[in-house]
Amino acid sequence: MNNGSDVNSIVHAADFNDVNVEEFKHLVSERALKGETMLLNMGPQHPSTHGVLRLLLELDGETVVNCIPDIGFLHTGIEKNMEYKNYTKAEVMTDRLDYLNNMGNNLSYCLAVEKLIDLDVPLRAQALRVILAELQRIASHLIWLGTSALDLAAMSVFLYTMREREMILDIFELISGARMMTTYIRPGGLWRDVPVEFESAVRKFLDVMPRRIDEYETLLTNNDLFIDRTKNIGVICADDCMRWGITGPVIRASGKPYDVRKARPYSGYEQYDFVIPTDEGCDIYGRYRVRVAEMRESLKIIQQALSRLPYGPVRSNNRKFVPPPRSELGTSMEAVIHHFKLWTEGFSAPKGGVYVGTESPRGEQGFYIEGNDGPYPQRVFYRGPSFANLQIMPLLSRGHFVADLVGIIGSIDIVLGDCDR
Amino acid sequence: MGVEQKLGNMGVVTLNLEQTVNWARTNSMWPMLFGLACCAIEMMAAQASNYDVSRFGMELMRASPRQSDLMIVAGRVSRKMAPVLRRLYDQMPDPKWVLSMGDCASCTGVFNNYALVQGVDEVVPVDVYVAGCPPRPEALIHGIITLHEKVRGEGLKTWTATR
Amino acid sequence: MNESFEPVVNALTQRLGAEASEFRGEVTLMIAPEKIVDACRILRDEFGFEMLIAATGVDYWPETKPRFNVIYLIYSFTHNLNLNLHVPLDGNAPHLPTVEGIYPNANWYEREMWDMFGLRFDGHSDLRRILMPADWEGHPLRKDYPLGYEEVQFSFNYKEVDSKKPYAKD
Repeated sequence: MNNGSDVNSIVHAADFNDVNVEEFKHLVSERALKGETMLLNMGPQHPSTHGVLRLLLELDGETVVNCIPDIGFLHTGIEKNMEYKNYTKAEVMTDRLDYLNNMGNNLSYCLAVEKLIDLDVPLRAQALRVILAELQRIASHLIWLGTSALDLAAMSVFLYTMREREMILDIFELISGARMMTTYIRPGGLWRDVPVEFESAVRKFLDVMPRRIDEYETLLTNNDLFIDRTKNIGVICADDCMRWGITGPVIRASGKPYDVRKARPYSGYEQYDFVIPTDEGCDIYGRYRVRVAEMRESLKIIQQALSRLPYGPVRSNNRKFVPPPRSELGTSMEAVIHHFKLWTEGFSAPKGGVYVGTESPRGEQGFYIEGNDGPYPQRVFYRGPSFANLQIMPLLSRGHFVADLVGIIGSIDIVLGDCDR
Repeated sequence: MGVEQKLGNMGVVTLNLEQTVNWARTNSMWPMLFGLACCAIEMMAAQASNYDVSRFGMELMRASPRQSDLMIVAGRVSRKMAPVLRRLYDQMPDPKWVLSMGDCASCTGVFNNYALVQGVDEVVPVDVYVAGCPPRPEALIHGIITLHEKVRGEGLKTWTATR
Repeated sequence: MNESFEPVVNALTQRLGAEASEFRGEVTLMIAPEKIVDACRILRDEFGFEMLIAATGVDYWPETKPRFNVIYLIYSFTHNLNLNLHVPLDGNAPHLPTVEGIYPNANWYEREMWDMFGLRFDGHSDLRRILMPADWEGHPLRKDYPLGYEEVQFSFNYKEVDSKKPYAKD
């Protein structure tokens, strides 16, 4: 028996339950209990499940009759841990939620905190946030493309996409010092202004990238093998997507143009000119086309934001929430007091709950934060797109082969950190 | 040196058994795919062309524990996942090594709570720890080279001792 | 309050006795637990709120009136409106009816609330733990559940912590 207060308990191998029919009896069909169909465990450690996801498959020969996802193998207790830290320190944990969209998680959290405490964000910070979020979106789609093509045995695509991703990670390292977990976007703006080389690095990336996306398209888009493995597989219609709360490229590939950046614009997205790519395919191929088109749209947004980047401060001046620069500490008494208060206790947020949704590469992600007049949040809830999108696995995979299952999981683009938190 | 002097340039090299076996083991150590969370992405970046690990013989990431020598625990291990980890470690045939990649695997890093195993050495014995959150691919390669040095230093007594 | 919310808020306050409030531009309706299914049906069928974005809970221990608040975030694609529903519950054996029949994706959200808070959902098809192992005891996100903090090992207490840590041998 496992009890949370006994932290020193070692877990023995014997505790792990095999495909235990008792636990899933009410979910599998009659035929499984009679022994006509086979129950197979596509276990937590698997090269194609994109993380630690356990799928219980009920197979009739090679055809999937039912597929029951079992999650929780990466549950980290982040939401509970954030209740014991003040708002600035809790942001460090948001990087690790959806670990392919670090800047996007930070942005979503900061928008929620800023809405809760009613803090302004200067224009330069908003434009830079847009650039970083779009760069992160491209990086996430590159990994998606690499790994899902790798699952369908197109191995060279993986090496090409990782090469481009290194360019984006070099830009992140230039501005913040870390490749992935940057915590660069803070409540009130950004941590620091970008260095002088930022603009030329991003322009170089923008010059190189369009032709590289063309390269990926020549490898996959008109490839007969790829089309055979992806057309008419994993089909879900738009109404079902609405009922099941599916957002992101999955619903856009079913025809509905729902994008949070257009529906509830944040951080100045309304001033940029971009389209929402949709596709009528509703299948894996449609999702592929949508994501590649989204990469191109992101390049357009970065181009516009970079050319119109305003000058000015990158963090709000409200010293009740944003610490003063260290140069002021030598001359101003108020600065010392604010610095002291913010570093020892942190700022307090009023009672009440807010929800802010943003568009992550996977769908709508958002934070619901409730304050309680103190420095620690009362509740931080993270709405992960993968948690919602994974519920339709049974719907998508019924009647297909086991080999198609791999392609379907790749096309929904789940990240287990997002799902299990 | 005696045999070589007599045979001259016949293309014969003499080594002792320990050196040969250790050389063979380090030069083609196959890692098992055990990427759990964010560190897995940096492990994938280490395998890609920019920071190639295939120059160390590790391009083949075997998903099956029966065919691998090295288990790189990359990412945070939750209490639900710990029995799975132990079972996979038990399924790996000897000789096997464990490299704990990242802060979460070594000491749980940022997360000090009910849901995670506080350091993967509570579940499996670890040979090399690599720090970082996530460690750069170069840090991972440094960890792999440290492991290679450790393996090269192993002797007959280590092989035959029960682990 | 945005004018497009007026008919929705009026309908729910008059027919079901909900209380409306607004905070930072977001509209919240407080509804009694027995009426949540009717409220969701009215919202989906008459006003076009097709998507349940998320459902979660909050624990206000040691305050006991109410101890829990269940929160439903609902979105209308046709009108582009977000609405919050709060359902207050008290601490002993909290339970409320499931909205799985109206919004199918509430299935996993309600399982998570059972797992993390111990809130029972009457009529749910498959109420079992989702994030914690199946034999776990306790509901972690409740405020009276400990964090599970382990003492940090510095150099001054290195040996004491080391002797208590269970290292795996072999």
